[in-house]
Parts: sequence; C-alpha cells; structure tokens
Amino acid sequence: MSRFTDLFMGMLGAAPKKPEKVSERVQKIMFLKYEDKDRYIKEKLHARAHHDVSHKWRNRRWAVLIATNLLFVLSFWLDIQLLEGSLTASRFAGFHLIDLNSALQVMLAHKHIIVNLFIGTFTVFLLWVLLGGRTFCSWVCPYHLVSELTEKLHLMLVDRKIVTDHEFHRGTRTVFWALFALLAIVTGYTVFETLSPTGILSRALIYGPGLALGWVGLLLLFEVFYSRRAWCRYICPIGLTYGAVGSISPLQITYHVEHCFHEGDCRKVCLVPHVLEVTVKGRASEETMGLGPDCTRCGLCVDVCPTGALRFEVKGLSKLL
Amino acid sequence: MSENKPAPAKKPAMSIEKAQKARRKFLHSAGLTGAVIGLSLLGYIPVTSAKTPRLRPPGALNESDFLSSCIKCGQCVQVCPVQAIKLGDLKDGFGVGVPHIDAREQACDFSCDAVQCILACPTGSLTYKKPGFLNIREGALLAAAPILKAKEKDAEPTLNLKERIGVARLARPESCLAVQGKGFKGEARSGSFKGKMRYMDVDRWKPIPVRDHPYDVPLCDLCVRECPVKDAIALKPVKGADGVERMTPVVLEPCVGCGVCEMICPAEPAAIVIDAQATWKEA
Ligand code: SF4
Ligand code: SF4
Ligand code: SF4
Ligand code: SF4
Repeated sequence: MSRFTDLFMGMLGAAPKKPEKVSERVQKIMFLKYEDKDRYIKEKLHARAHHDVSHKWRNRRWAVLIATNLLFVLSFWLDIQLLEGSLTASRFAGFHLIDLNSALQVMLAHKHIIVNLFIGTFTVFLLWVLLGGRTFCSWVCPYHLVSELTEKLHLMLVDRKIVTDHEFHRGTRTVFWALFALLAIVTGYTVFETLSPTGILSRALIYGPGLALGWVGLLLLFEVFYSRRAWCRYICPIGLTYGAVGSISPLQITYHVEHCFHEGDCRKVCLVPHVLEVTVKGRASEETMGLGPDCTRCGLCVDVCPTGALRFEVKGLSKLL
Repeated sequence: MSENKPAPAKKPAMSIEKAQKARRKFLHSAGLTGAVIGLSLLGYIPVTSAKTPRLRPPGALNESDFLSSCIKCGQCVQVCPVQAIKLGDLKDGFGVGVPHIDAREQACDFSCDAVQCILACPTGSLTYKKPGFLNIREGALLAAAPILKAKEKDAEPTLNLKERIGVARLARPESCLAVQGKGFKGEARSGSFKGKMRYMDVDRWKPIPVRDHPYDVPLCDLCVRECPVKDAIALKPVKGADGVERMTPVVLEPCVGCGVCEMICPAEPAAIVIDAQATWKEA
C-alpha cells in the first residue's frame, strides 16, 4: 500500500504499522545518531535544557479561533453583516459558506440540492483543501477549544490517579460517520445535528444559550472523567469529513527524523497521537514525512518539540524557498 | 502486515491478555456507538409527539421537508427586522436549531417589506416557490399573491409569497372585545410586552415597540386594523344567540398566517390565534 493509503486507513482507524522499507538515507541518519551514544545523550539533554516551552502556535490558533467565532457573534449583535449565519452555514461579505458535514447531512436527508447550497459547499471545500481539512477542527471549531481546556483538567486528574483514561477503538469514528449518513438517508432527518456540539455551541454563542448546552456539558464531563477528548477522537464525523478533504492538502506538519530524539513529547500533547507514530524509533521510512490527513495542524507538537523535528510546511514550497 | 520472522515462543501467553484487552475495547466501543446513536434517536420523540405544530417562517417547506432541509444556520433569524424568528432548542428533537415563530410573543408583520428570511435561506428550506416534487399541501397555496397594506401605494404592492404558513381563527369568541361590543383604550398588551410592530404612519423602516403605540377605539378592531395583508380579515356583523347583532372578526382567504392579529389582540389569552401549518378551508 502507498503511504497515502496507509495514512488514510490510519485516519479511518487502522493501527499504525512499521515501515516495510527504510530508505538508505534514514538508515544512515539513524546509524549516525547512535554511533556516538554519549554525544547523542548530551545533545539531547542540552536541547531539553535550552528549550523554552513555547506557545507560539497555540496562541496564534486560539486567537484565530476566538476571532472567527467572535466575528460571527459581532456580525449579528452589532449588525455589521460581515459574517452572517453560524458555523453550519454562513455568508461572508455576501459569499455563501456552508459547512461540509452539515451540507452532507442535509443533502442525504433532504435528497435535494439547490444552487446556493452547492456553491457554498464548493467554496468551503476548496478552502479546506488548501488549508488542510482538519485545520477546521483546531483553528475554528468552538468545541475544540473548550474540550482542549477541559482536557487539561482530565490530564491533571489522571496525573493524580483520580481517574483513568478509557480508550476506545479509533475506528468507531468511521462507524459513526457511516451510521449518521445512513440515518440521514433512512429517516430523512439530519439526526447528527441534534447532537453536534459544534453546531450547538456556535448557535449558543450567536443566538443565546439554551438547553442544548446541557448536552455539551455532559459530553465534557464524560471527557473529563472517563475518556480523553472522546468526542473528537472517537465520534465526531465532522472531523472525518474534513480529514478526508484535507488528505490532498499542501499544508501539513512535517517530521524530520534527523532532528528527532524519539522521546515522544509530541505524542503526549496530540489529539490524534496515531499520526505521530512516525516519531517512534524505527517508524520513519523517509527523511522528512508529512503527518497525514488526521492531523489537525494545531501546532501543539511543533511547540512542544525541543529540537524542531516537527514543522509547519507547505508541500512544494520549501523547495522553492 | 504479516512479517516473516518466526514468532517468539512466549507470544501466545501475551496474546490472551492482549486479546482480552482488545475484546474489552471492542465491547466498550460498541457500547459507545450504541449509546450515542440511541441518544441521537431520542430526537424522534418531540417530532412525532408534537401536539401543536410550530409556526414556521414564511415560505417554509412542509414540516418534514423543512426539518430535513434546514441547515440550522439562523440566517433567517439575522435578517428579520422584528426578530420574529427563534431557533428551536434540544426539546425540539430533530428541530433543534430550526427556526419557528411564536406569534403571541412576536409575529411576522412583514416589516422587512420583502420576505427577507426567504432571501437569506441558503438551503431552500424557505422558498418563494417550491420545486415541483415537493407537493404543496392543498389549501396552503394562496389564491393570489398577498397585497401588503404597507406597499399598497407602491408600484408592486404584492408580497412574493405563494403559500400560507397558517390560518388565523377566532378561538375564543367569548373573550373577543368586538363580539362583546366593547371598545379599547391603552396599550394593546401589558406594559412589559416586548413585541414590535411597524406602523406606517410612524416610520416605514423602523418597527417600534407595541407599547409605544397606544390605542383608543370605540369598538375593538385591532386585529383587523393591524393585519398587514389586505382583505385577510374583516369585522362583520353576526346575530348572537340572544338575537342581538354584534361585530365579529372574520378570517378571509388571503390570510397568510403571519400572526399579527394574535400578537396584537388585547384579550388575555388572545381571542384570535394562528393554527400553525393549517390550510384554508371554505367555512
Ligand atoms: S500531530 Fe501535531 S499538529 Fe497534528 S494534531 Fe497532533 S499535535 Fe496537532
Ligand atoms: S418576512 Fe417576516 S419573518 Fe421573514 S424577515 Fe420579514 S418580517 Fe421577519
Ligand atoms: S436560513 Fe434557512 S437553513 Fe438557515 S436556519 Fe433559517 S430556514 Fe434554516
Ligand atoms: S388575519 Fe391575522 S394572521 Fe392572517 S394575515 Fe391578518 S394578521 Fe396575519
């Protein structure tokens, strides 16, 4: 199977695999790294000691996420009519923008597509192909932000051994995606939208809170006390839809094996740690590797890596620069 | 996937534990899937057990088509100058995030002049004209495009609207002031009422709170007076049981179901109400 298929299957839930072939260049790098173990360890400690914990990407991301959602809110409240609607569908300065997963649900349930719906969906499709599908998750989705914050609480409780994290099979998300699509077709209702915390939160911010926030609260409690980031990891079909769209995106996080000490700090902060399997010793087959469609481009791993082995990159552009 | 290296001898012992773990994980995952899908299907309860249908914004498709096509964006909410449109909450099941109008609180008085909510809707849930395969309920089609009283002097006085969203009905004739032969003086609704209306003689483009526009009429005709649609309702004489002739509001075919009469009715509860999604039947 090609690397692309492997990554795609990984997103659907397949377990990461060891590479069948490791390029000569990587073999050489690995050899050089371990030839002089002492120097390697010294370098590692040095890098650690001098690594300022940076929040550069996180801060940028939070700023973008908050600004986007605020723009929705202010557009309505102050009537500036710049970004009308909510995250499920909106109009930016008159242009239709329609969330891909919501559009899909509506098309499957209603079995009819009008021109505006098509235009809006297409615009958004192009946008996220460029920006890398799941970038939507970490840079726009309001639920991502709140669950990112409550995740800290969960980790603290795990640290104090008050709760344990219950992992589910990542393939459940694929099952959910298919089931919600099927339910929409069969029932003729956009069943998923009743549960979608993304839509609920977006509407609550813009149009005021309601009972539906109680459901979001329950989800967060489940994540705090039972299973880390459960909604985004194992359930949310929006993430999968955007992941699929972003699979051909030029914007990605790339991994550079030469700079990596294989300590796995990145895997601890990541929402989708399976995409970082390449950072495990012996898992990289090429010198630089893109992380694949399930990565949300949140940049937490970039911030946390002491040696700069992970970077934001635009495919093809680094060669030009 | 399969590696050619011979498996270490100890492996089977490990596998049992691993297999158990995998089994547990599978069961947990199946449980999670069942629970979430089960929860999502609870959305059926409010939809199938809804006793009184909701009044939808102008141009709304038939109820089940409306629920399936609405993307729950609220753009219709945003353009409405009187904030007549509200979004459903979790207790509406699949109708969560779907717009409706609570006419008694705030009716659609066509302040926007152009049925702007229809214009704003990106999915065709609100539409000027339904596509052929989505059938129009019998009696929902208006005999003619409604004439907006506010636009009567304009070159184009009609509203771009083909179907009614409901029909008004004098539900409590006994509490109707006109039927009792009474006049009305003061604010149509209580002083704390937040509803707004456009009064053409005040400002065409700026609806004002109903409480800022008190009335003084010898015989109550508020519903007839404020109905935004021409010839949708009229006061007509009827003979009561006691043989005395009284005036009573009579709803006519052009009624679109906007709800202004229900909002403005000074009786508490309103003497006239909208039957949401009702269709026109010759009396
Ligand atoms: S791999 Fe890095 S950028 Fe991608 S989701 Fe994980 S932490 Fe975020
Ligand atoms: S038609 Fe009525 S509900 Fe729609 S925007 Fe205009 S006033 Fe509001
Ligand atoms: S504008 Fe249309 S799709 Fe959006 S909430 Fe209103 S009816 Fe639904
Ligand atoms: S009779 Fe009532 S519901 Fe019908 S058009 Fe007039 S005000 Fe609206």
